[in-house]
Amino acid sequence: MAALNNLTEHLEAFVDVTRSPTHHAESLKAIATSLEKGVLSINQLVVEMDMYLTTTDDVVRARGILLLAEMLDYLKSKPLDNAVVHSLVGFFTAKLAEWRSVRGALSGCLALIKRKGVAGVVTAVDAEAVAKSMAQSIQVQSLALYDRKLCFELLECLLEQYPEAMINLGDLMVYATCEAIDGEKDPPCLMIAFHVVELLARLFPSPSGPVASEASDLFEFISCYFPLHYTHTKGDEASIPREDLSRGLSLAISSTPFFEPYAIPLLLEKLSSSLPVAKVDSLKCLKDCAVNYGVSRMKKHYKYLWPALKDALYASTKTDLSFGLESLTSPGFGMGEIHREAVNLLQRLVKQDISFLGLVVEDIRVNMVFDTISRYSRYEEMLDTSKLEVLVVSQILSVSARSSVESCNIIFETFFSRLMNTLGIVEKTSTGDLVHNEISTVSTRLYHGGLHLCIELLTTSKDLIPSSEECTSTPESAQQSWCSIVSRFSASLIEAFTSAVQSSNDDCSADAYLGVKGLLAMGMFRGGSSPVSRSEFEKILTTLTSIITANSAKTVKWELALKALVCMGSFIDRYSESEKAMSYMAIVVENLVSLVRSSHCSLPHPMILEATSEVCSTRPTYVEKMVEGFEEAFCSSFSDFCVNGNFKSIENCSQLLECVTNKLLPRLTEIDGLEKSLVHFAISMWNQIESSVVFSYDFNGREFVEAAMKTMGEIVGVASVDSQNSIIQKAYNVISSSTLPAMESIPLTVAALEGLQRDLSTRDELILSLFASVIIGASPKASIPDVKSLVHLFLVSFLKGYIRAAQALGSMINKLGTGSGGTNISTDCSLEEACDIIFHESDSSKTICGSETFLGKICLGFCGSLDHQTRAITGLAWIGKGLLMRGDKRVNEIALVLMECLKSTNSSGNALHPSTMKHAADAFLTLMSDSEVCLNRKFHAVIRPLYKQRFFSITVPILESLIVNSQTPLSRTMLHVALAHVVSNVPVTVILDNTKKLLPVILEGLSVLSVDSVHKETLFSLLLVLSGTLTDIKGQQSVSDNAHRIIECLVKLTSYPHLMVVRETAIQCLATLLELPHGRIYPFRREVLQAVTKALDDPKRRVREEAIKCRQAWTSISSRSTPF
Amino acid sequence: MVSGLINENPIVYEIKERRDVRAYSSNTDELSVDAIDQLEVFDILIAHHIRDIKDPEHPYSLEQLKVLTEDSVEVDDTKSHVRVTFTPTVEHCSMATIIGLCVRVKLMRSLPPRYKIDIRVAPGTHATEAAVNKQLNDKERVAAALENPNLVEMVDECLSPSFE
Repeated sequence: MAALNNLTEHLEAFVDVTRSPTHHAESLKAIATSLEKGVLSINQLVVEMDMYLTTTDDVVRARGILLLAEMLDYLKSKPLDNAVVHSLVGFFTAKLAEWRSVRGALSGCLALIKRKGVAGVVTAVDAEAVAKSMAQSIQVQSLALYDRKLCFELLECLLEQYPEAMINLGDLMVYATCEAIDGEKDPPCLMIAFHVVELLARLFPSPSGPVASEASDLFEFISCYFPLHYTHTKGDEASIPREDLSRGLSLAISSTPFFEPYAIPLLLEKLSSSLPVAKVDSLKCLKDCAVNYGVSRMKKHYKYLWPALKDALYASTKTDLSFGLESLTSPGFGMGEIHREAVNLLQRLVKQDISFLGLVVEDIRVNMVFDTISRYSRYEEMLDTSKLEVLVVSQILSVSARSSVESCNIIFETFFSRLMNTLGIVEKTSTGDLVHNEISTVSTRLYHGGLHLCIELLTTSKDLIPSSEECTSTPESAQQSWCSIVSRFSASLIEAFTSAVQSSNDDCSADAYLGVKGLLAMGMFRGGSSPVSRSEFEKILTTLTSIITANSAKTVKWELALKALVCMGSFIDRYSESEKAMSYMAIVVENLVSLVRSSHCSLPHPMILEATSEVCSTRPTYVEKMVEGFEEAFCSSFSDFCVNGNFKSIENCSQLLECVTNKLLPRLTEIDGLEKSLVHFAISMWNQIESSVVFSYDFNGREFVEAAMKTMGEIVGVASVDSQNSIIQKAYNVISSSTLPAMESIPLTVAALEGLQRDLSTRDELILSLFASVIIGASPKASIPDVKSLVHLFLVSFLKGYIRAAQALGSMINKLGTGSGGTNISTDCSLEEACDIIFHESDSSKTICGSETFLGKICLGFCGSLDHQTRAITGLAWIGKGLLMRGDKRVNEIALVLMECLKSTNSSGNALHPSTMKHAADAFLTLMSDSEVCLNRKFHAVIRPLYKQRFFSITVPILESLIVNSQTPLSRTMLHVALAHVVSNVPVTVILDNTKKLLPVILEGLSVLSVDSVHKETLFSLLLVLSGTLTDIKGQQSVSDNAHRIIECLVKLTSYPHLMVVRETAIQCLATLLELPHGRIYPFRREVLQAVTKALDDPKRRVREEAIKCRQAWTSISSRSTPF
Repeated sequence: MVSGLINENPIVYEIKERRDVRAYSSNTDELSVDAIDQLEVFDILIAHHIRDIKDPEHPYSLEQLKVLTEDSVEVDDTKSHVRVTFTPTVEHCSMATIIGLCVRVKLMRSLPPRYKIDIRVAPGTHATEAAVNKQLNDKERVAAALENPNLVEMVDECLSPSFE
């Protein structure tokens, strides 16, 4: 009962047109839910609505019918009684004739027709009635946009779901469609309309059917849209993109062959237009037509089609052929959209009907090229017209050849021998020998145009070689004709290309380019039926390899040859050509690897490395070979250095390591088995260091150590845990055999450290740095032996100034005991124990790590020299970072010690050295910033989420209070530097939450830091933080409150002399401030304008550009009477 | 009131693609100086990322109408002098003074105050060339013109950003 009461209420609400649309939607929703739940049946609803559906009030009746229709739309998937559906569809069909309620009637019909696969479907007879009623009583074009769309949808639905019924109606449907489309201008409606035409064409394929007889009219109605042009491009984002609609139109035009007599002439006419869009659309549409109309119908248009197509190709080709590296594997010139479509059409036509090729082959223009080609030898010398001829003809021929094997045969039979004659390339004689003396005379005249044509043809034809499995099914004789032509010439072709490359000099890259490209084309024929024999293939490889090994400078030729080799390598890998792979391995890979190994050749070392790494990464087996070669090369160079003191060798070593890091490691995921080889490489590095006990010469550069550390760290970083363990074990053995363990016994007292004056030997230093890198890269799960003594070792070494050791210690502390499972280091040493060793309390009663510890004391200058002090601070920072990232509380005390160092005096009243304070301030950068060298994701660091935020909330209040109480300007500056590091490394949302509190400090920081140029980078990052707060809505209030101070600060920074970006950003910030309330900023306009006007004369252009924008913006808020 | 436009059907040229060949001096070198040059001044006048000066009569920019070209700007940074020579679309173009005024205002707002700005009509392209030149380079008359609210509004309209 209650449901029914509500129902009346909702009905009233929906029918009342004075209510808001949201009201209507609500009541609809309510009724729909009760229908869905079954509280209300559709019968009941109709009975209840009786009055609304039959009343004489037109508006109410229309709304009532619409409501019923909407309900049916909601119930699309709910089973209904057939009788109900029948009576409803009858009702709506009748209402179609009544224009006032046409929307409801249309939606109702559509909702019912759309029902599919559920109980209660409209019968074919009813559907026929709907269609008939619609055709007879609705004038589509007189309706509103939405109703028109409904009409088209209804038509579409009827044709799709009741094809038989619609066939019965015959002519009527075609007439109705014609009438409906006539004059339609709305894209969404047209989209459906075009589909309707397509459906009609599919429904009436018979030549005596209604579509055939009405083809001319129907075509007229749709062809007037071609080519599509939107007059109103912007605004309606729900509208349909031009491309989609144009595709729909093209499908409609090509939908039935009956359109052919009208469509093709129209399209050809549009193709000749000067409008690019018309050209593209016509070409696309012609292609669709060619597919759908069939060969016999298209044939009569060939004689018009071919010239039009040719013209389109000529008009869309540009003559600037690139001889650059990047175009080695591409056509070498820019392809416009018109060009692409023209090529597609040509390919389609040739593929479909070989007789089209007759036109191409007999074309005078095409044939003429072969006669004129020998007129110029160099491409640059050619006239633009003949360049164009060559390019277009090569395109036409290669596209036609690509279409099918048959067409390829024809093209090759007709043109290839002619081309060869022109180029002076001779056939292989029956005995297989070449006529050599003739070659030598002709090789001097290489015609670029001809070579280009020849290469294009060869490149195309290689795609036609069937893969090995297809090969057996096709008869040999049918497809091999072009192959045999190529193989007759292959030897001389290769010779010609080779001589082109070899004769080229540096100022003419075209020779080299064409030569290499030709060789590449010859080398890329697939499979056993390739026209190029194995010995010829090997010859190509030898030629290319010799170019690489012979050049001592990085010329274009060298790069081209390398790229060609890489292409061939990956081609061999892709089609798994085992025979060719063997040749490649023997000729290219082994040659290059042996060059790496020998290190005594004319080629500079980095070039060999580059060539080898590029070539070898094409196939896993080559990679293995290469890493082996690298290993050997490393070992021999390294020992050569150790024994003979050859500095050249150590330089080679570092280049080799750099190559491993930069070229190989990034491709680890692409190349299988690379990880294993690299781990082996790392271990043999350790072996080599272990075996060279004596370094007879000292290093004079850090380069090698740096490169070795980087490579070692990265290899460990990417290796699996097991491999890591084996590297760590190996490294540990080397460490224990060195003199380093002696350091472990040094007690941690100042006296002992002072006593340790002697620096580490070169070898020990290398071992220590490498070992630290291993530890840095190790994952938490890897097991590290003898942690306690290692901690001690690192501790002593960083106090001696080896920062890498401090980083390693930080990494170790970070990962200690966090690996899952109990089988790792945690059994050996826990975090607590490690910390005990590090912080080494003076009174061992309680576990703290604050200022009372040994390290803390050094930091604060209670004992030890200044050097020790700064080293201890840096070390503490790295240890702190390790602790901070894993979320350990001890970092707080470390932070306290560091902040203690920023005060001007320590607790016993001694003044702290400025350099101590500077290191302490920088320690905050170490703690907060993301490091590249250690403690990051790549090196498996343990990272607790939000660790930066936590540190921020702990340190910032303390720093703030210290700033307020700071005693000397230096201390104040340093505190600001520290604060700037913390603030600028924390995510911007944190700043925004605290803008009110932070803004004054940031502003003060900016003015303090702007005094000294040393802090320019810090100043810039702090300024970026400020600019972040200016734009956000959260910070707006406090920005507005502090506007005067912000503007004052920014105005000062617009003339900051030390960093351009600071000035630029300051001016940008000033422009942003204009978003503040007018009253807030207006008082400062004079000040700002003055500063910005001064910035107009800034030495840097970028600043000036910003200043002009900013000045313009600020001028506009000033009064009109001062235009400048 | 004369109805209709002075030049009803101007020739519209395609804008030449501008390649920025000037390398910005590298960020690391803080001391180097980028002198103000021809292209920069031209950019100030034309480049749409700043503001377009539009022809008062047509919706085209002055560059499209070839009223201003890159070569029509002469700059001497050391002597703080800039001279802009513009070519009205037709000889009797009454808008020449307005265009000149727009150019002047734009440059006054965008160049450092030390610059002396010289605006001229290209010789032989305007009926009252001498008069226009005199008017545009007379400080008093320019100042007076900018006191006129209608004129200022017109100039501001020309200098307002165009939303393409």
